[in-house]
Amino acid sequence: MHGLINRAIQSFVCATYGQSCWLRVTEAADLGFAEFEAMLVYDDDVTVRVMDALCADLNRPRAEILEDLGTYLVSHPNMEDLRRLLRFGGVTYVEFLHSLDDLSDRVRLAVSDLSLPELELREVNPMEYQLCCHPGLPGFSSVMVGVLRAMADDYGALAMLSHDGQEGEADVISIVLVESAFAEGRHFDLGRASYD
Amino acid sequence: MTWGAQVMIDTENLATLLDTLCPMFVLVDDGGRIIRVGPTLQKLRPDQPMAGKNFLDVFELVRPRAVTTISALMTLAGAKVHLKLHDTPRTALKGLIAPLPHGKGAVINLSFGISILDAVGDYALTSADFSGTDLAVELLYLVEAKSAAMEASRSLNLRLQGAMLAAEEQAFTDMLTGVKNRRAMDVFLGHLISGNSPFALMHLDLDFFKSVNDRFGHAAGDYVLQQAARIMVEETRNDDTVARIGGDEFVIIFKGLADEIIISAIAGRLIDRLQIPMVFENNTCRISASIGTALSTQFTPPKAAEVLHAADLALYEAKRNGRSRHCLYSTLVDLQRTNAATDTPSE
Repeated sequence: MHGLINRAIQSFVCATYGQSCWLRVTEAADLGFAEFEAMLVYDDDVTVRVMDALCADLNRPRAEILEDLGTYLVSHPNMEDLRRLLRFGGVTYVEFLHSLDDLSDRVRLAVSDLSLPELELREVNPMEYQLCCHPGLPGFSSVMVGVLRAMADDYGALAMLSHDGQEGEADVISIVLVESAFAEGRHFDLGRASYD
Repeated sequence: MTWGAQVMIDTENLATLLDTLCPMFVLVDDGGRIIRVGPTLQKLRPDQPMAGKNFLDVFELVRPRAVTTISALMTLAGAKVHLKLHDTPRTALKGLIAPLPHGKGAVINLSFGISILDAVGDYALTSADFSGTDLAVELLYLVEAKSAAMEASRSLNLRLQGAMLAAEEQAFTDMLTGVKNRRAMDVFLGHLISGNSPFALMHLDLDFFKSVNDRFGHAAGDYVLQQAARIMVEETRNDDTVARIGGDEFVIIFKGLADEIIISAIAGRLIDRLQIPMVFENNTCRISASIGTALSTQFTPPKAAEVLHAADLALYEAKRNGRSRHCLYSTLVDLQRTNAATDTPSE
């Protein structure tokens, strides 16, 4: 598993549950180290052990933790870089949803050895969408539910998200847009400097 | 409908079309007066409407520099021009001039070029300010994504470099010869002394090594050092320590050895073997060795620096007596005592 994914889990656990929780988890997972390097690649098994240890430590189901991780990736100040990259996807939430089709390609452009599963957006009607998460990264659809929920807030849209079962090997997420301009949303400028 | 009205409607239609296709256009009349500008371009100077002004009063032509009149500008049709805004921020722009038919002015389409990175910050531009086919937003995305990835790689490089330096610092092996290094020798010597174990310390210096290096090059020199180290390892026991402590300087520590006859025999064998010419890439390299030895038992209590210094003095004496010699520190002390005794009566 790419270090960026492991590092995201580490960052989420440290920011949400504290450093001591992370150290307990790395010890229980028998990592032999406590810091993931974002730019190295680790055995998939390492990530599985960390997630198992985390679920046991928090006594919470994996899907729930992964949704929180997705929300963290967008909404926490630590992750401002990532939020900005996602906001490049479009001017409105619907445009952003459509940009998800290109997400794995965009990610590969930035970090060539980080491959995320393909995503496919289907428009049921202008207020209702389905996002197909193709296989390749277990738990990815749970993370995406958290990401989509937090991005709706970011754009000021009011949306309802839920898992909508499976289609073949793909997980389906249902997105119902209640109102596309519900609140102000967070500010986004193309220029980084002016944002800082 | 008058002819004038016809032109006005055409201009209006054209401007509407351009607003969508290239929101940084400038429409000028045949006198170089700005008729309309695209909404994104106007965003660069929100409080100063550009329409109505003279094109060359708002924009300065950087390249080609010689152009100062509108008629000269019109001759640049189809060519790429470089411009700057006259007042600050003096954003650099690229432009392309397309004359309208019948000499009715021109459309000048502008874009930021590489200045886009500053421009989006200076003017708080959003994705909506660029036409849907413009790659500007993708470019900005890539710059940010690549910068973030580069930063992560850079911090990894720094940490790896730190780890490498720490590992080198902690290494006990001389990379060239595979024997111990100076650091290992210091640690080992410390252990022997604190454990009160007697030992002999031999300081060995290769003779003529510099001339091998000078005549046949560093590769030959390295080969000679490797062979010399191998000979020393072969001529000593497993629990003796061979260390390379400098360019052509070695120290051998014999644990539990305090017999000068055995020491001298080992030194003799080492010198004999090191004198055998070594062949490196058809060149015959001849070296030898000078050796000085001190025993820890000659000092009470022994200190590492003292024993090393004693071996060093003995080595110096060996060199002074001609090369390829071994000298014991005890011999040196005896010699000094005799000299002192013979000197005394003459005083």
